[in-house]
Amino acid sequence: MSRLPFYVIVGLLLVAGIATSVHRHLQFEIPWVPGEQRQVWEIEAVINFNAQNAPVQVDLALPSHQNGFRVLTENTASSGYGLAYKADELGRQAQWTTRDAAGSQQLYYSVQMLVSPDARPPIQTPPGLASTTPWESPYDSAASQLIDRAWARSANNATFTRELILDVNGERQGESARLLLTQETPSALIVRLLNQAGVQAREVNGLMLEDGRRRQALSSWIQVFDESVNQWWLFNPITGEQGQPDNLLLWETGGRAVLEVQGGTNSRVSFSMLTHHQPASAAVRNHYSEDTLLNFSIHSLPLEEQALFQTILLIPIGALVVVFLRVLVGIKTSGTFMPVLIALAFIQTTLPTGLIGFLLIVAVGLIIRNYLSYLNLLLVARVSAVIITVIAIISIFTVLAYRMGLSAGLTVTFFPMIILAWTIERMSILWEEEGPKQVLIQGGGSLLTAVLAYLAMNNPWVRHITFNFLGVQLILMALILLLGNYTGYRLLELRRFKPITDDEKPL
Amino acid sequence: MSWFKDWTWPGRLQDKGIIGMNRRNIRYIGRYNSRRLYPLVDDKLKTKLLAQQYGITTPVLIGTVTTQFGVKHIGDMLTGHNGFVIKPAKGSGGKGILVIEKVVDNQFVKPSGAHLTLEDVERHVSNILSGLYSLGGSPDVALIETLINFDESLMAYTYEGVPDIRVIVFKGYPVMAMMRLSTAASDGKANLHQGAVGVGLNIATGEALRGVQFDRPCFSHPDTGHDLASLVVPQWDTLLNLAASCYEMTGLGYLGTDMVLDRQHGPMLLELNARPGLAIQMTNGEGLRRRLDLIERQPDGVSVAKRVAFAQHHFARKSELAGTPDTTTASA
Repeated sequence: MSRLPFYVIVGLLLVAGIATSVHRHLQFEIPWVPGEQRQVWEIEAVINFNAQNAPVQVDLALPSHQNGFRVLTENTASSGYGLAYKADELGRQAQWTTRDAAGSQQLYYSVQMLVSPDARPPIQTPPGLASTTPWESPYDSAASQLIDRAWARSANNATFTRELILDVNGERQGESARLLLTQETPSALIVRLLNQAGVQAREVNGLMLEDGRRRQALSSWIQVFDESVNQWWLFNPITGEQGQPDNLLLWETGGRAVLEVQGGTNSRVSFSMLTHHQPASAAVRNHYSEDTLLNFSIHSLPLEEQALFQTILLIPIGALVVVFLRVLVGIKTSGTFMPVLIALAFIQTTLPTGLIGFLLIVAVGLIIRNYLSYLNLLLVARVSAVIITVIAIISIFTVLAYRMGLSAGLTVTFFPMIILAWTIERMSILWEEEGPKQVLIQGGGSLLTAVLAYLAMNNPWVRHITFNFLGVQLILMALILLLGNYTGYRLLELRRFKPITDDEKPL
Repeated sequence: MSWFKDWTWPGRLQDKGIIGMNRRNIRYIGRYNSRRLYPLVDDKLKTKLLAQQYGITTPVLIGTVTTQFGVKHIGDMLTGHNGFVIKPAKGSGGKGILVIEKVVDNQFVKPSGAHLTLEDVERHVSNILSGLYSLGGSPDVALIETLINFDESLMAYTYEGVPDIRVIVFKGYPVMAMMRLSTAASDGKANLHQGAVGVGLNIATGEALRGVQFDRPCFSHPDTGHDLASLVVPQWDTLLNLAASCYEMTGLGYLGTDMVLDRQHGPMLLELNARPGLAIQMTNGEGLRRRLDLIERQPDGVSVAKRVAFAQHHFARKSELAGTPDTTTASA
């Protein structure tokens, strides 16, 4: 019954964990704290298409230095393709070519963009006014009517653009705008009208940067040139708002197509992105190129998988919180690791929305489950019925929230539905067997655990450490093993057994 | 700092030898209870058949119902029996137990006085079979046993339910015992957290040590008003021997045995528990630690009688109820 092997294993895990973390810290200058650093976005574009046994040429627009962002490094992965970077006054492009390709093809392009508020685009050249194709009747009169109305209500190019966007997309959308929209997409229509009115404008494509997002598409924006300050102004083609959001990266600004594929069909490009922090010195140098065994890091994975791992690596933190609360504090939860999964959902929904959504779903679920218990069903059938009920509740809440204009309500779909169904089932049985008080104790315990796990997992420092230092996982493992060996009292037992220690006093 | 008075220090619990949940799980259940032995105690039918093999008295089995088809024959099975108990084999915490005190004109009378028809009884059995009361809702078997006529001397200490005696048996030594008396608050059930009175028992004699309800000391039964100090469990030595021999029967080193006292048959084994709770420390006002440590130092292979004698010699205590102004001295 010697515990020696146990302590040896725990010791080894601790030493290995600390050693690899320190190694990463020293070798790659990854700081322990996420502060005083430069934010770097890693963006990966995946091009998918079907080749048709013919020469293939793929042109992809590439982002350049621009307001707020600087291009650090870029990489491509495309076996069997020739690659050339091209740059002209309209922007940069990557061109892949191959003589013969068949079947489904995947090309990768990844770029590291450094967030730097003082970055500026190279030179602002006013482009020549694009030649406008004249409208056919009856569209010509509708177009000139729109232009005249907006022109009358505006003072300069910027306000003219805003008025025009509101006329086309906003609440003021009139009959002529609707007529023209049958011919063009909103952004293209606005640009065409602007050009027709003699304003230099173009449609550009941008990427909204959000950490850990996968399979994103570009969104379309409108740029208008202001000769008085020799600068391009950016407009949101939906709201007419002027100015560039901080997290908008302009991917293509030349007014050209983002992706052009010759010799292939069904082509599309999708984007994954991830942010991480680097010390200012390291941010400049690309240090992921040398992939040795010691540089064992998830940063060598494709971005899409990295984004996935960022979440996966947080789960041990949640597990540690659960072990801590159950073994050292003695909190009762319904379902051992259910709180971790709820906490993961909270990360997506944000805490207040998540709490309200969780309580609503469980409360309504309990009422319906209460009726199901009268039907006297077998367990598996009953839980399945509860799962369908949960899906129905989530759908109804989502639609209701959307109707009421609460976009936050849409995130309730992130809740793990099967787990919720089991939670409802357990709570309901508990209610029947032990009464509502136990339901409150265990439900409250679960929720408290979930909130604490969420706070731990959503902490920027914890995210930084778990993502950048894989060795921390070994340390977590060692801690959990140690906690699993703890034979002392739980915090709540100090209260439970209090009466025993009392009666010594009177004697 | 008023909330602080509800809490104590770990050191003081340590001094009292109190065992916490973590220590119980790792040091005792994890070390002495092999997982493969659990089914023996989790299924009451298995426990009962095993007990018969080892000559341990249990309530007489009238019959079992294993199929929904068999539910129809339950009337035949019950003829000639005046009082009986129907329980699920895998139930826990006393759920699904139906007690019929007597049969009058084909009406089944519960202890509360409520009357049931044969159809009611059949429906209850059918519910047991479909797993309504078993853990995880798995299909179950219904046991029908003769009613326990519990000893008259204990009648005054209980309200509606049968008082049962829990003895913790460690490596075959009875280490601590308590009696659970059902009250109106506990709805006739002998569950301490539902408000039943727990009475710590002196291992040497079976006399009451102290009474506890809702974790607070109490000196008389809240419903019958009867003094707890005078409570003595009759046939105590037989009961301890019975409890101690459950170690050989199951092989489980850390075992909770639930016993009852029948008027004719004496002490009987009701059920076994491989994960007995820690509330027994509250009712005894003493931690299990010192007693368990002492037993761990004893050699294996000691006979049942010697183990019981050892426990009675070493774990004897004086009653805390005796000597309090409003109670009389307990008689041995």
